[in-house]
Parts: sequence; structure tokens; C-alpha cells
Amino acid sequence: MTTPNPQLDAQGRLKHFLTIDGLSRELLIEILDQAEGFLGVAQQAVKKVPLCRGKVVANLFFETSTRTRTTFELAAKRLSADVLNLNISTSSTAKGETLLDTLRNLEAMHVDMFVVRHAESGTAHFMAAHAAPHVSIVNAGDGRHAHPTQAMLDMLTIRRHKPDFDQLSVAIVGDILHSRVARSQMLALRTLGVPDVRIIAPRTLLPTRVEEAFGVRAYHDLSEGVRDADVVIMLRIQRERMNSALLPSEHEYFQLFGLTEERLSTARPDAIVMHPGPINRGVEMDSQVADGRRSVILEQVTNGIAVRMAVMSMCLGNQHLGSQSQEEATHA
Amino acid sequence: MSKSDIWKDAAAIEAAIDTMTERLRERLERRGIERPLMIGIHTGGVWVAERLHARLGLAEPLGHLDISFYRDDFSRVGMHPQVRPSYLPVGVDDRHLILVDDVLQSGRTIRAAHNVLFDYGRPASVTLAVLLERDGRELPIAADVAGFEAGFGADEQIKLSGPEPLLMLRARRGVNPIR
Amino acid sequence: MLNAPRLSIRHGRLIDPASGHDAVADIHLAEGRVLAIGAAPSGFQPDRTLDARGQVVCPGFVDLCARVREPGLEQKATIASEGRAAAASGVTTLCCPPDTRPVIDNPAVARLIHQISKRHGLTRVLPIGAMTVGLEGQSITEMAALKLAGCPALGQADRPIRDTQVQRRALEYAATFGLTLFLLPLDPELSAGGCAHEGVVSTRLGLPGIPEAAETVAVARDLALAEQTGARIHFRGLSTARGVEMLAEARARGVRASGDVALHQLFLSEHDLERFDANCHLVPPLRTPADRDALRAALAEGVLTAVCSDHQPHDPDAKLGPFPETAPGLSGLETVLPLALRLVEEGVFDLMGMIERLTVGPAAILERDLGRLAPGAAADLCVFDPEALWTPSPATWISQGHNTPFMGHELRGRVSWTLLGGRIVFER
Repeated sequence: MTTPNPQLDAQGRLKHFLTIDGLSRELLIEILDQAEGFLGVAQQAVKKVPLCRGKVVANLFFETSTRTRTTFELAAKRLSADVLNLNISTSSTAKGETLLDTLRNLEAMHVDMFVVRHAESGTAHFMAAHAAPHVSIVNAGDGRHAHPTQAMLDMLTIRRHKPDFDQLSVAIVGDILHSRVARSQMLALRTLGVPDVRIIAPRTLLPTRVEEAFGVRAYHDLSEGVRDADVVIMLRIQRERMNSALLPSEHEYFQLFGLTEERLSTARPDAIVMHPGPINRGVEMDSQVADGRRSVILEQVTNGIAVRMAVMSMCLGNQHLGSQSQEEATHA
Repeated sequence: MSKSDIWKDAAAIEAAIDTMTERLRERLERRGIERPLMIGIHTGGVWVAERLHARLGLAEPLGHLDISFYRDDFSRVGMHPQVRPSYLPVGVDDRHLILVDDVLQSGRTIRAAHNVLFDYGRPASVTLAVLLERDGRELPIAADVAGFEAGFGADEQIKLSGPEPLLMLRARRGVNPIR
Repeated sequence: MLNAPRLSIRHGRLIDPASGHDAVADIHLAEGRVLAIGAAPSGFQPDRTLDARGQVVCPGFVDLCARVREPGLEQKATIASEGRAAAASGVTTLCCPPDTRPVIDNPAVARLIHQISKRHGLTRVLPIGAMTVGLEGQSITEMAALKLAGCPALGQADRPIRDTQVQRRALEYAATFGLTLFLLPLDPELSAGGCAHEGVVSTRLGLPGIPEAAETVAVARDLALAEQTGARIHFRGLSTARGVEMLAEARARGVRASGDVALHQLFLSEHDLERFDANCHLVPPLRTPADRDALRAALAEGVLTAVCSDHQPHDPDAKLGPFPETAPGLSGLETVLPLALRLVEEGVFDLMGMIERLTVGPAAILERDLGRLAPGAAADLCVFDPEALWTPSPATWISQGHNTPFMGHELRGRVSWTLLGGRIVFER
């Protein structure tokens, strides 16, 4: 029983951006290509383009995140869209307003796109299933499920350094179990044709049957796992996981899985190091690596805006196409 | 496959570009412009600009402009599938610009190009050079220099094919034009 | 049931697993009981005759687990609404778990449910009493009084007792009165926060998982305690291959344990969660296709002796939210017959075997004289057309809960008449 992919319209164009799962390699490459185009906007004196003028984008964040929200906001503003920022604390849901009430209220204000972050997996799919036909949903992180724009900005960063996905070895290190970023990265890397994706973590931080679920290989030793890797992606580890049944201490974690120049020595000499931020220095990696020559962490931030502009403009641009086929308009 | 025929062959086009080169040179002299900045509009405009740039022997590197993000038909056709980054190697503030495109028809591309340029800065002047100035204007925009001037049926499309050799092809609307 | 009419049901294929009867035969009912099978007694004048040509006539179904939500959760369903759904599904007896509001932890609530269901007269509702006060897992209930009030068994609904010592004492005390315990095999700590089978799909979707061990640990604990205490236990809703294997092994050693499975567990699997369909948010969770096959085999081999609906009607809001936040459970009464018939079609057992798991099988677990058609037995009957095709739709759905993943899917097999104590409580 195959149901159609809920994030594509009848013509296979992007309508919502919920997950990497089920998207084609061609579509992911189109997103990357569009993002390359938007990178130039930051070089302009007026750092915006009029593409989405008159569109209204609502940032609906049920989980606070200044960083991600800011890059979405900036991306929308550079597209000339109007932006509403709504930090919906748990108190308003405690007042009895359901997610659907919130959605309906904002739809009545003619919002064209919702950028949604929520603590529960599947929220973006739920919103997309109930949104009005002319409204797009962009997933800015749902539970442990997906964070597809983060994954795509990482893919853009990788491609700008290592253009040939077919040749790469990529290692992802850290809390895979709780990470929506890792899930989206694994799917994106495999879809783009990366043959060797490795995940490195103690068993408590690896989800059940992860190798089979994502087509990756699991390692429990950092030096072995990063051997000959072209890209090393470090994940953020939540402090509340420490001193629990999952991990004994920050000290032991850093001793075994913290990235240092020494442990990185088995990777390829031109390997790049990435991190979605914010970094816990001395837990996930030491400062020497974070600020070192291999680190592309700040490029990731820059690329994040361009990728979000690409995804938002693709979804918004497809909204009014309906079922008619895309025809080149006279524009000479 | 599209049914199209060659409207102008490579030799005719190269000759037209020679004519454009001469007219631009005269215009620059008359206005006393010494270091103009040439900018081609993706994709056909860049091909024409590359030739003009070489023949005029301009010192400044050639700029490229992609107007996809400034189109006025976004809400009708969505994102253009192939966007190339704009590339303006030199700041445009207070500079005299020569904007080059292949075909001037509705004027909407040039309108969009103006908007891009003004988001990069405030140029001193903009001269518009096109390979073909044809009928069908929808905005008050005119070329300063044109290689060809001609009228066509409203259902006829003229496209520049390139980069080597440059050919101008004529197709009927409704038939998929050469992309 | 003195007001029950005299009825003859003629020309139907009469299947009674208790006696092994499977042949076209007439059946005659009077005063709420089966009067005769075959020829009518001389002088018998039925008030009405039902023509069951081409249909199956069998005992009414006994459902070991169907929530009616009353008292206390009437926004989801009522005894009247779910009684109608049960009657339309051929279910003449259903057991309702104790998680009503208030909880069925005292005789008054049990009697209230009896009274309401009797007043509506659509299906027999047997309340399952709570093992602990408020289902809180600390103090045991007045089990003897609950038994007297009509509870055929005791349970904890979906709130298993965490404290093993309390569990042991509850089993011992229940054994004093010969009460069976209905136990959901689910370790509370291992399943905490989970909403999907911990496996490939939950890993891919990032859904907090409920591991297989959450079931096997609970099965192991409760089998050990049953053996220790001599209590009779029934695993209400097994979901894993390993779990039924452990049950089979214990039964072979003579442990007084039985088990059932919800019908939907025999068709759906973890893969049905791939689009976050909240109607597939269930406890126990939908497991792997291999588990599903093992459950079917256990049913065929007689390790599991009953199937049930595990009917859990919900109001629409309960299912409108991100998957993990939705309430688990599906509305299952109306799909009992078509799903059971599909098991026959797919060769799990024959029609007789299927009816057995819906009638005498569960009746034996309840130790009640139900689910058979001998003269003198209560005239609880179901007459169904095994070939009728129908598609569930919101307009024709009877239960107040529309939460089923089978909505809009064509099904085969539909009830024509349901009789409770000789009265027609449903006819199409």
C-alpha cells in the first residue's frame, strides 16, 4: 500500500518540506543548486530579492531555538516575505488551544507558509495533513524525526568542499538516538549517493536496527570510525543525557567520543569537520578542532540561510500552480 | 522535437555584433565614458556580452546577471529551474554600465535586471545593448544599441542558441522552444 | 427474557464449535433459549421466521476486550452507542476493562454498568474489575465483592502493576476466589514514553519505541508469578512472536495461563505507521510482519484460544495531534467479522476454527456458559453473510469512535441478524 508522498504535489513538485525521506536525488540536487543561486544575495548591497514579496511566513516554534528561528526569519526576509514569529510556550497549549486551533487561526490571517518546530515526531506531517490547500509547511525540526533544512545545508557545505558525493566517506558522531539532524543527514547522504556513511556512538545512543533502517555502518570507536573519512559531522549532545542511564559522565564521553586533533589524524588530510551548533566545547570536540583549519562550522551557518531561501521559495512558488503544467512564461 | 528554423545564421550574427561594437564605441566616446562595466544577462545575454567585451577590449571583467529572483511571474510559474548565481566582480556604485541581453521583447527581463542592479548599488548610468529588438513591448523600455530590429507574429518566438556557434532560431509558440 | 418471541431461523449453515455441528439446519428459539436444532418440535408456531439461506448461523461472539467508555468518558462513547455497534457486529457478550471513570474497583460501578447495559438490552456487558484500587497498583480491591457483582475476571486495563510484590499478592488473593486475571503484558518502565514498536520503522521515523522486551519481560514475570501462586492468568493482547512462544512453553508445563490477540494485530504491522497514521497508534504497538505471522500461527495451533476486538472508540480530538500525543487504540467492533473471515480466506483456520476463537474460546477463558447453540442454551446468535462486500464509511459507521485505519477499505462479510436472549437486537 503506497500512499503518495505528502510533501509533493501531483506533478512531483515540492509543496511542503517535511523530511528527506522519499525525495529523489534530483530534487535534492535542485534544492542545492537553487541554494547556490541564493548565496549571492548576501553579496548585494541590498541583501534581499523581491521573489516572495507579499507572502506571509509564520515561524511557529513550540520549542525555543533562537538560532534556527533566526536563520529562517532572515531567509524569509531576504526573499521579501513578511514574517511572523510565534514562540508558543507550552502554557498556551495547556490553556487548551490545540495545534490545529493555532493553525486555523493563523490560516485565517492568510499566512502562506508555516515553519514549524515541535518536540514530537510527526508534527510537521500532521500539520501538512490538516493545512489548507494553499498553505505550505516547512519542518524546522520535529521530535527525533527530521530536520531536513539542517541536513540540506550540511549537504551544501559538503558539496562546496567535496563536489563528488559518489566518492565520499562521511562519519556522524554522537547522539544518533535522539537526533533528528542525524536522521535527516543519513537519508540525505544516502539519497545523494554517498556510498560510505558511518555513525559513531556508544550503543545507548544508537537506535535499534539503525544500520538496516538507514543503510549506514555503526562504529563504537572514534579513531576507527573516522579513518579515511572525508567529512566528520559532530552532533550536539544534550547535557541532560549525562549522568543518566544513557551516559555516565561528560568526562568519559569526551575521553571516548570527543573530537581532538589527535583522534582526527586517522581521517583524510583534507577532511572537513562540521557541527550543527551550538558546540559544547570540551564535550563533543575541543576548541582546537572547532576553530581549526578543517572546521567549516561558520560556513554551515551562511549556507543555512541560502538553503532555507531555496526551500521556501520552491514551496511558495509551487503553491499556485495547481495542476497545470509548468510552462515557460514570456519573459524576454 | 521542436519545429524551428534558423532566422539568422552565425555569420549574420557575428556581423551584427560587429555593428553593435562600433555603435557602442561611438556612444561611449560621445559620452566620455572611459571605463564602462559590461554585464550580460543569463544565458543568451552573456554569450553576446562575451563577444562585445572582447571586441571592445574592456579592462574590467565581465559581469553576469541572473534575474530569476526578480521575475514578476514567480507566483504564476514558480521557481525557475536553473538559477545561476549573479556575478558582479566590481562594485556598480557610480559606474557606467552596459547591460547586454539577446532579445528585447516585453521588457520584463530588463525591468527585473534593473532591480537586481539597484540592489547591488547606484550606477551612474545604464546603457542597454541587445542583439534583437523586436515587437511585443509591455513596458516603456527601449534599447540604446540593437544588432537587429524586426517584427514578428505574436505567436512567434525567437531564441538565441549558443554558445558556439550563435544562431537565432524561430519557433511557433506552443511548440516547445529550445531551452 | 420472557418477552422474547418464538423464532425459527431456517436454511442457514449452522456452525456450533462446541458441538462440532456444521451443516445446513434450522434452529428454533423460544423464551430466550434454543429450543431445537433441525426439525421444529411438534406444534411449534414461530412468531417469525428468518430465512438464512446462503448465510452462516452461529453463536453470538464473545469479545474479551471492548471499551464502552461509560461511565465517565461519554464524549468518546456510551454503553448505548457501543451496544449498537456490538449488535451490528454479531457481538452478544463483551468484557469492558476497568479503566472507566470512576474505575471499576468497587461493586457499585460494576452494578451500574450491568444496569445500564441491561436497560439498553443490546449486548451483554461484563465488567472486568480492577485488581488494585484506582488501578494505581498499590492496594488490592475487594475482589470477592467484585466477583459477586458480576465481574468474571479482574485486570488492570493498560496500567500494569509496577511493584512485583503487589502483583504477586493480587494474584494470590484472586486465586483464593478462583478469579482469572486479565494481564496486559507490557513492562511499564521499558515501554515508558514509547508509542511504536522499537524497530526499523520507529528508528526511521524517530518515534520513541516500545521494545519486544517490554512484552517478554512482563510475560516472564507474570508466568513465574502464576506458577508460584497457582493463579489463573490470561494475557490480554499479545503482540510478539517471542511472547507467544513463552506462553506456549508455560502452557505445555501446565501453567494456568492463556492468551488472546487483537484482530488488527494479525493484519497490520509497524509499516502501517510510515505516514504517522494516528489510527495505527496502538498499545501494544503494531510489531513486525514476522511477529504478525507468529501470532497467526499461535492462533492456528491453539496457543492463543481467543481473538478480540480490543475496541477503543475515541472522540476525534483524541486522534488529532502529532502521533506520539494521540491517544492509542482503534475502534474495532465493526471489523471483527470481516477480519476474522479474512483469516479463513488466508488459510489460518477453517470457518469452524474461526468461530471457535470468537465464541467458545473466549467463553472458556471467562468460565461462562456462553458461545454455544445446544438446546437450552441462551439464544445469543449471529447470522452473517460471509460473501457480502461493504466499505466502512463515516456515514454508515455505528460506533461513536470513527478511529479505524480500515475506514474506506473494502471488506467481505457482514452481519444480517444478531439475537440476544432470543430477541432480534440487530437486523440489516
